[in-house]
Amino acid sequence: MSHLIILPIVLPLAAAVILLLARFGAFTRRLLALIATGALLITCVMLVGKASQGEVLYYALGNWQPPFGIVLVLDRLSALMVTVTAILSMGCVIFACGGDDEKGSNFHGLFQLQLMGINGAFLTGDLFNLFVFFEVLLLASYALLVHGGGRDRIQSAVHYAVLNLAGSALFLIAVGMLYGATGTLNMADMARAVSMMDPERNGLVVAGALMLLVVFGLKAAILPLYFWLPRTYASAPAPVAALFAVMTKVGIYAILRVYSLIFGNQAGSLEALEQPWVWWMALATLVIAAIGVLAARDLRLLVAYLVLVSVGTLLAGLGMHSPQATSALLFYLVHTTLVTGGLFLLAEMIGLQRGKAGTRLVKGRIPTHATALGLLFLLGAIAVAGLPPLSGAFAKAMLLAAAEGVQRAWLWPPLLVAGLCALIALSRAGSTLFWRSQESDNADDQLSGWHWAGTAWLLIASPLLVVLAGPLATYTEAAAAQLNDPSAIIQALLPTEEDAP
Amino acid sequence: MELLYAITTGVLSASGLYLTLRGRTFPVVVGLTLLSYAVNLFLFSMGGLTSNAPAIIGDSSHYSDPLPQALVLTAIVIGFAMTAFAVILAMRARGDMGNDHVDGRKAEDRGERR
Repeated sequence: MSHLIILPIVLPLAAAVILLLARFGAFTRRLLALIATGALLITCVMLVGKASQGEVLYYALGNWQPPFGIVLVLDRLSALMVTVTAILSMGCVIFACGGDDEKGSNFHGLFQLQLMGINGAFLTGDLFNLFVFFEVLLLASYALLVHGGGRDRIQSAVHYAVLNLAGSALFLIAVGMLYGATGTLNMADMARAVSMMDPERNGLVVAGALMLLVVFGLKAAILPLYFWLPRTYASAPAPVAALFAVMTKVGIYAILRVYSLIFGNQAGSLEALEQPWVWWMALATLVIAAIGVLAARDLRLLVAYLVLVSVGTLLAGLGMHSPQATSALLFYLVHTTLVTGGLFLLAEMIGLQRGKAGTRLVKGRIPTHATALGLLFLLGAIAVAGLPPLSGAFAKAMLLAAAEGVQRAWLWPPLLVAGLCALIALSRAGSTLFWRSQESDNADDQLSGWHWAGTAWLLIASPLLVVLAGPLATYTEAAAAQLNDPSAIIQALLPTEEDAP
Repeated sequence: MELLYAITTGVLSASGLYLTLRGRTFPVVVGLTLLSYAVNLFLFSMGGLTSNAPAIIGDSSHYSDPLPQALVLTAIVIGFAMTAFAVILAMRARGDMGNDHVDGRKAEDRGERR
């Protein structure tokens, strides 16, 4: 048993404790945060190396063997997710060093705690432990959201906190129901229990499972549950908003993990019980998000709606329920997380340069570094709208190709129209910001090298993903195949079981 | 006992839900607290209700499921922290916004909407 698997949780925890307790100067804090995030990135890359060999590895906490103890499970999917988080957080930390971290107290400590929660949620193999890590990441995110203060932030934080507290209550009810019906909390063991369950208990399990879908849908921002997202993301401090780009993906990941493992192909009549809900909600989310993108009058709000478009797209991939679609959605997930994160950072940079106008899409003064910012904006816009030659086009083409039969007729129009809406809105925003503005001479340069480095780190990911498209697609295909065969995880975790009757 | 237990949980969650949907932050926080009490009770009952039995699997055949009790403990601790945070957030919102409405509306707007 290797201790490497628990490092993505322990590293941020240790860094957070040091950062929160010790009284360092700003320089030491930043250095520590950068070192911790860098170490996390290296660990995650090593984890991907391990996971790509195709074996499911687990770490039994306190050496309590599954199904009795809590386990962390490392397969291709979880390794991919922690790595994406680490890459994204590196960009956010670098950007925050440009000055955002000193606008309130304890930014870096809270940031590390949030990373711990996110990584834990990606790695855990226990349903209740998933709840605990959700709470860790939520509590850190409430505090990060109000970092720096201000009316907008406080108000959206109230909505966000109340909604998520209600969501947590639902999560507990759902976990309780599933425990009552199956007698276990370990996801692999639960999958086995569901496959051998007395049909009398089906109702209880279905109720619990669909209630879980509501909770994950709230985190992922599916249609009737997304109303908190645009305002929250638009008002959050830029590095936090960029990190939040991965928070919706936590919800997507949880749906993918729970329903592919517990309600996978061994679950009999309960197989894929979430599929119709996810599919139709995904399409509706896409349509609403496309309208939101067109209606947004603020660059940050626009990017927040682009996050929503990506949620709709990812969920549509989930709803198709085939290994090809899962592979395509994982590719899209990597692309969209990094690019929307980068766009949040870029929006903040542009806002800083425009004085009073900020990120609102009105005539203002031309940003000082108009050429460089404009080029970065062009790069981000092309990537996020899904135009060739950048990664968005690849990801979307894979998703479109994965749709079969009737699905094609339902998926293609909303997905392509959403891309068109994003293109229209982004070109309108770009021309307002960079061309329809007046020159002014009192330009003050508020951007530091940190800002440029953080934003470029995330946006460069898109061309890089094109270069690495081959290996990444091979990896996501293998991950999808692994997800499609839940018995592999069950066998790895519970090897002593007699084969199910 | 089951009936009493179920009624208590139901009444708690119904009142919690009603209060959570109110427009001012204080009832909302109280509502969330009631809701978390209801959830804790519900979680506790999921191992099956047994009276006069130890929570340890020993030699005796009569025992109560220990796991829900551990889960409830965790849920109580987390719920407590969350409530504390929600109270502070509500107070901060009251200070910044000048009123305790969850949408932060001004008093005259609220009068029109009602």
